[in-house]
Amino acid sequence: MTIRELADLTGATIVTKTVDADREVKCGYACDLLSWVMARGREGMAWVTVQAHMNAVAVAVLADMSCVAAAEGVKFDEAVVQKAEEEGVALLETSKSAYEVAGLLYGAGVR
Amino acid sequence: MSGAICESYAVEAGAFGTAGEASGKIKGVLRKLGVPSALIRRVAVASYEVELNLVIHSLGGTIDLSVEPGSVVLDVADRGPGIPDLALAMQEGWSTASDEVRMLGFGAGMGLPNMKRNADEFAIQSEMGVGTRIHMRFRSPEGTGT
Ligand SMILES: Nc1ncnc2c1ncn2[C@@H]1O[C@H](COP(=O)(O)OP(=O)(O)OP(=O)(O)O)[C@@H](O)[C@H]1O
Ligand SMILES: [Mg+2]
Repeated sequence: MTIRELADLTGATIVTKTVDADREVKCGYACDLLSWVMARGREGMAWVTVQAHMNAVAVAVLADMSCVAAAEGVKFDEAVVQKAEEEGVALLETSKSAYEVAGLLYGAGVR
Repeated sequence: MSGAICESYAVEAGAFGTAGEASGKIKGVLRKLGVPSALIRRVAVASYEVELNLVIHSLGGTIDLSVEPGSVVLDVADRGPGIPDLALAMQEGWSTASDEVRMLGFGAGMGLPNMKRNADEFAIQSEMGVGTRIHMRFRSPEGTGT
Protein backbone atom coordinates (compact mmCIF):
# COMPACT_ATOMS: atom_id res chain seq x y z
CA MET A 1 0.00 0.00 0.00
CA THR A 2 1.22 3.53 -0.73
CA ILE A 3 0.91 6.53 1.58
CA ARG A 4 -1.77 7.95 -0.75
CA GLU A 5 -3.77 4.70 -0.60
CA LEU A 6 -3.41 4.72 3.19
CA ALA A 7 -4.83 8.26 3.27
CA ASP A 8 -7.78 7.26 1.05
CA LEU A 9 -8.48 4.16 3.14
CA THR A 10 -8.49 5.99 6.46
CA GLY A 11 -9.96 9.32 5.33
CA ALA A 12 -6.75 11.08 6.37
CA THR A 13 -5.34 14.29 4.89
CA ILE A 14 -1.71 14.32 3.76
CA VAL A 15 -0.34 17.60 5.14
CA THR A 16 3.21 17.41 3.76
CA LYS A 17 3.26 18.84 0.22
CA THR A 18 6.67 17.83 -1.06
CA VAL A 19 7.00 14.28 0.27
CA ASP A 20 6.41 11.47 -2.24
CA ALA A 21 2.94 10.08 -1.45
CA ASP A 22 3.56 7.06 -3.67
CA ARG A 23 6.17 5.71 -1.26
CA GLU A 24 5.38 2.20 -0.06
CA VAL A 25 4.05 1.53 3.45
CA LYS A 26 5.53 -1.79 4.54
CA CYS A 27 4.28 -2.19 8.10
CA GLY A 28 2.40 -0.34 10.83
CA TYR A 29 2.57 0.49 14.52
CA ALA A 30 0.42 2.43 17.00
CA CYS A 31 1.83 3.83 20.25
CA ASP A 32 2.36 7.18 21.97
CA LEU A 33 5.46 6.34 24.03
CA LEU A 34 8.52 7.32 22.02
CA SER A 35 10.92 4.77 23.48
CA TRP A 36 8.57 1.94 22.51
CA VAL A 37 8.27 3.38 19.02
CA MET A 38 12.05 3.76 18.82
CA ALA A 39 12.45 0.09 19.75
CA ARG A 40 9.85 -1.12 17.22
CA GLY A 41 10.36 1.41 14.41
CA ARG A 42 11.13 -0.06 10.99
CA GLU A 43 11.96 1.17 7.54
CA GLY A 44 8.76 1.97 5.60
CA MET A 45 6.54 1.94 8.69
CA ALA A 46 3.28 3.87 9.09
CA TRP A 47 3.07 5.07 12.70
CA VAL A 48 -0.26 6.13 14.22
CA THR A 49 -0.07 8.36 17.30
CA VAL A 50 -1.37 11.48 19.06
CA GLN A 51 2.19 12.84 19.37
CA ALA A 52 2.46 15.50 16.67
CA HIS A 53 5.53 17.44 17.83
CA MET A 54 9.11 17.77 16.55
CA ASN A 55 10.36 14.76 18.49
CA ALA A 56 7.80 12.49 16.85
CA VAL A 57 9.22 13.48 13.46
CA ALA A 58 12.76 12.88 14.77
CA VAL A 59 11.80 9.33 15.79
CA ALA A 60 10.18 8.66 12.41
CA VAL A 61 13.24 9.98 10.55
CA LEU A 62 15.72 7.94 12.59
CA ALA A 63 13.70 4.79 11.93
CA ASP A 64 13.32 5.58 8.17
CA MET A 65 9.53 5.44 8.47
CA SER A 66 7.24 6.24 5.53
CA CYS A 67 4.72 8.33 7.43
CA VAL A 68 3.29 9.49 10.74
CA ALA A 69 -0.50 9.67 11.06
CA ALA A 70 -1.82 11.96 13.80
CA ALA A 71 -5.06 10.49 15.14
CA GLU A 72 -8.01 11.99 17.03
CA GLY A 73 -7.97 15.27 15.09
CA VAL A 74 -4.53 16.23 16.41
CA LYS A 75 -2.79 18.75 14.13
CA PHE A 76 0.88 19.16 13.22
CA ASP A 77 2.35 22.67 13.62
CA GLU A 78 3.65 24.45 10.54
CA ALA A 79 7.26 24.11 11.78
CA VAL A 80 6.80 20.36 12.26
CA VAL A 81 5.40 19.96 8.73
CA GLN A 82 8.36 21.91 7.36
CA LYS A 83 10.83 19.69 9.23
CA ALA A 84 9.11 16.54 7.93
CA GLU A 85 9.25 17.89 4.37
CA GLU A 86 12.99 18.54 4.74
CA GLU A 87 13.49 15.02 6.05
CA GLY A 88 11.16 13.30 3.58
CA VAL A 89 8.67 11.78 6.02
CA ALA A 90 4.98 12.17 5.13
CA LEU A 91 2.57 13.50 7.77
CA LEU A 92 -1.15 12.71 7.80
CA GLU A 93 -4.01 13.97 9.94
CA THR A 94 -7.23 12.14 10.66
CA SER A 95 -10.19 12.57 13.00
CA LYS A 96 -10.33 8.80 13.53
CA SER A 97 -8.85 7.20 16.65
CA ALA A 98 -5.51 5.32 16.54
CA TYR A 99 -7.55 2.14 17.13
CA GLU A 100 -9.71 2.74 14.05
CA VAL A 101 -6.77 3.66 11.80
CA ALA A 102 -4.74 0.66 12.93
CA GLY A 103 -7.77 -1.61 12.42
CA LEU A 104 -8.29 -0.36 8.87
CA LEU A 105 -4.60 -0.83 8.01
CA TYR A 106 -4.48 -4.26 9.55
CA GLY A 107 -7.62 -5.27 7.68
CA ALA A 108 -6.04 -4.13 4.42
CA GLY A 109 -3.04 -6.40 5.01
CA VAL A 110 -0.52 -3.96 6.53
CA ARG A 111 1.11 -5.83 9.41
CA MET B 1 43.36 4.03 16.56
CA SER B 2 44.88 5.43 13.38
CA GLY B 3 42.30 5.90 10.65
CA ALA B 4 39.41 6.04 13.12
CA ILE B 5 36.79 8.69 12.48
CA CYS B 6 35.99 10.77 15.58
CA GLU B 7 33.28 13.37 16.00
CA SER B 8 31.89 15.11 19.07
CA TYR B 9 28.34 16.44 19.48
CA ALA B 10 27.25 18.79 22.27
CA VAL B 11 23.73 18.27 23.63
CA GLU B 12 22.04 21.03 25.60
CA ALA B 13 19.77 20.44 28.58
CA GLY B 14 16.11 21.19 27.91
CA ALA B 15 16.56 21.79 24.19
CA PHE B 16 13.49 19.91 22.95
CA GLY B 17 13.31 21.90 19.72
CA THR B 18 16.60 20.49 18.48
CA ALA B 19 16.46 17.13 20.26
CA GLY B 20 17.38 14.31 17.89
CA GLU B 21 19.70 16.45 15.76
CA ALA B 22 22.91 14.92 17.11
CA SER B 23 21.51 11.44 16.39
CA GLY B 24 20.53 12.55 12.90
CA LYS B 25 24.07 13.78 12.28
CA ILE B 26 25.58 10.55 13.61
CA LYS B 27 23.32 8.57 11.30
CA GLY B 28 24.38 10.77 8.38
CA VAL B 29 28.09 10.21 9.10
CA LEU B 30 27.62 6.43 9.29
CA ARG B 31 25.60 6.42 6.04
CA LYS B 32 28.35 8.33 4.25
CA LEU B 33 30.92 5.86 5.49
CA GLY B 34 28.86 3.00 4.09
CA VAL B 35 28.20 1.35 7.46
CA PRO B 36 25.66 -1.50 7.03
CA SER B 37 22.10 -0.27 7.61
CA ALA B 38 21.28 -2.84 10.31
CA LEU B 39 24.23 -1.54 12.33
CA ILE B 40 23.23 2.09 11.68
CA ARG B 41 19.76 1.27 13.00
CA ARG B 42 21.10 -0.07 16.30
CA VAL B 43 23.38 2.95 16.73
CA ALA B 44 20.52 5.32 15.86
CA VAL B 45 18.20 3.84 18.50
CA ALA B 46 20.87 4.07 21.19
CA SER B 47 22.10 7.54 20.22
CA TYR B 48 18.54 8.89 20.16
CA GLU B 49 17.80 7.46 23.60
CA VAL B 50 21.03 8.78 25.11
CA GLU B 51 20.60 12.17 23.44
CA LEU B 52 17.08 12.55 24.83
CA ASN B 53 18.26 11.54 28.29
CA LEU B 54 20.85 14.32 28.10
CA VAL B 55 18.11 16.78 27.09
CA ILE B 56 15.56 15.62 29.66
CA HIS B 57 17.52 14.41 32.68
CA SER B 58 20.99 15.96 32.58
CA LEU B 59 22.53 19.42 32.78
CA GLY B 60 23.95 18.94 29.30
CA GLY B 61 26.79 16.88 27.88
CA THR B 62 28.47 15.45 24.82
CA ILE B 63 28.22 12.40 22.60
CA ASP B 64 31.52 11.28 21.06
CA LEU B 65 31.34 9.05 18.01
CA SER B 66 34.22 6.94 16.81
CA VAL B 67 34.14 4.61 13.86
CA GLU B 68 36.76 1.89 13.95
CA PRO B 69 37.33 -1.06 11.67
CA GLY B 70 34.45 -3.43 12.45
CA SER B 71 32.68 -1.31 15.05
CA VAL B 72 31.07 1.97 16.02
CA VAL B 73 31.61 3.45 19.50
CA LEU B 74 29.58 6.07 21.38
CA ASP B 75 31.08 7.66 24.49
CA VAL B 76 28.68 9.92 26.34
CA ALA B 77 29.41 12.22 29.29
CA ASP B 78 27.24 14.78 31.04
CA ARG B 79 27.77 17.46 33.68
CA GLY B 80 25.36 16.04 36.25
CA PRO B 81 23.27 15.71 38.30
CA GLY B 82 24.13 11.98 38.26
CA ILE B 83 21.94 8.92 38.80
CA PRO B 84 21.49 7.91 42.46
CA ASP B 85 20.59 4.25 41.86
CA LEU B 86 21.85 2.74 38.61
CA ALA B 87 20.22 -0.65 39.14
CA LEU B 88 16.85 1.07 39.44
CA ALA B 89 17.50 3.34 36.46
CA MET B 90 18.33 0.33 34.28
CA GLN B 91 14.99 -1.35 35.07
CA GLU B 92 12.41 -1.31 32.29
CA GLY B 93 9.59 1.06 33.19
CA TRP B 94 11.44 3.05 35.87
CA SER B 95 11.43 6.78 35.19
CA THR B 96 11.65 10.10 37.01
CA ALA B 97 10.31 12.05 34.02
CA SER B 98 7.92 14.90 34.87
CA ASP B 99 4.25 14.85 33.87
CA GLU B 100 4.99 17.56 31.34
CA VAL B 101 7.64 15.47 29.61
CA ARG B 102 5.42 12.37 29.77
CA MET B 103 2.73 14.24 27.87
CA LEU B 104 5.22 14.45 24.99
CA GLY B 105 5.62 10.68 24.99
CA PHE B 106 8.83 10.40 27.02
CA GLY B 107 9.21 8.67 30.37
CA ALA B 108 8.40 5.06 29.48
CA GLY B 109 11.56 4.09 31.34
CA MET B 110 12.74 2.21 28.26
CA GLY B 111 15.65 4.38 27.09
CA LEU B 112 18.52 2.79 29.02
CA PRO B 113 17.20 -0.77 28.41
CA ASN B 114 16.90 0.07 24.68
CA MET B 115 20.55 1.20 24.65
CA LYS B 116 21.74 -1.93 26.42
CA ARG B 117 19.75 -4.18 24.08
CA ASN B 118 21.17 -2.57 20.95
CA ALA B 119 24.82 -2.30 22.01
CA ASP B 120 27.33 -5.18 22.12
CA GLU B 121 29.18 -3.45 24.96
CA PHE B 122 27.37 -1.23 27.44
CA ALA B 123 28.95 0.37 30.50
CA ILE B 124 27.42 3.08 32.67
CA GLN B 125 29.01 4.98 35.55
CA SER B 126 27.49 7.77 37.55
CA GLU B 127 28.52 9.99 40.40
CA MET B 128 26.10 12.33 42.13
CA GLY B 129 27.04 15.98 41.65
CA VAL B 130 29.57 15.05 38.98
CA GLY B 131 27.81 13.33 36.11
CA THR B 132 27.02 10.17 34.18
CA ARG B 133 29.20 8.40 31.60
CA ILE B 134 28.01 5.77 29.16
CA HIS B 135 30.20 3.73 26.82
CA MET B 136 28.62 1.72 24.02
CA ARG B 137 30.21 -0.36 21.28
CA PHE B 138 28.29 -1.72 18.31
CA ARG B 139 30.01 -4.43 16.28
CA SER B 140 29.43 -5.03 12.64
CA PRO B 141 28.09 -8.61 12.47
CA GLU B 142 30.20 -9.47 9.44
CA GLY B 143 33.23 -7.78 10.98
CA THR B 144 33.47 -5.74 7.78
CA GLY B 145 31.84 -2.72 6.30
CA THR B 146 33.01 -0.05 8.72
N1 LIG C 1 22.00 11.40 31.86
C1 LIG C 1 21.20 11.23 32.94
N2 LIG C 1 21.33 12.03 34.02
C2 LIG C 1 20.54 11.86 35.11
N3 LIG C 1 19.58 10.92 35.21
C3 LIG C 1 19.39 10.09 34.17
C4 LIG C 1 20.20 10.19 32.97
N4 LIG C 1 19.80 9.23 32.12
C5 LIG C 1 18.81 8.56 32.73
N5 LIG C 1 18.56 9.06 33.97
C6 LIG C 1 17.59 8.54 34.97
O1 LIG C 1 17.29 7.19 34.65
C7 LIG C 1 15.89 7.04 34.44
C8 LIG C 1 15.63 5.98 33.38
O2 LIG C 1 16.12 6.42 32.11
P1 LIG C 1 15.48 5.81 30.78
O3 LIG C 1 16.08 6.48 29.61
O4 LIG C 1 15.55 4.32 30.84
O5 LIG C 1 13.94 6.22 30.92
P2 LIG C 1 13.25 7.65 30.74
O6 LIG C 1 14.20 8.59 30.08
O7 LIG C 1 12.72 8.06 32.05
O8 LIG C 1 12.06 7.30 29.75
P3 LIG C 1 12.17 6.96 28.17
O9 LIG C 1 13.62 6.88 27.85
O10 LIG C 1 11.47 5.66 27.99
O11 LIG C 1 11.48 8.10 27.50
C9 LIG C 1 15.38 8.41 34.09
O12 LIG C 1 14.02 8.60 34.36
C10 LIG C 1 16.28 9.30 34.97
O13 LIG C 1 15.81 9.31 36.31
MG1 LIG D 1 15.22 8.03 28.34
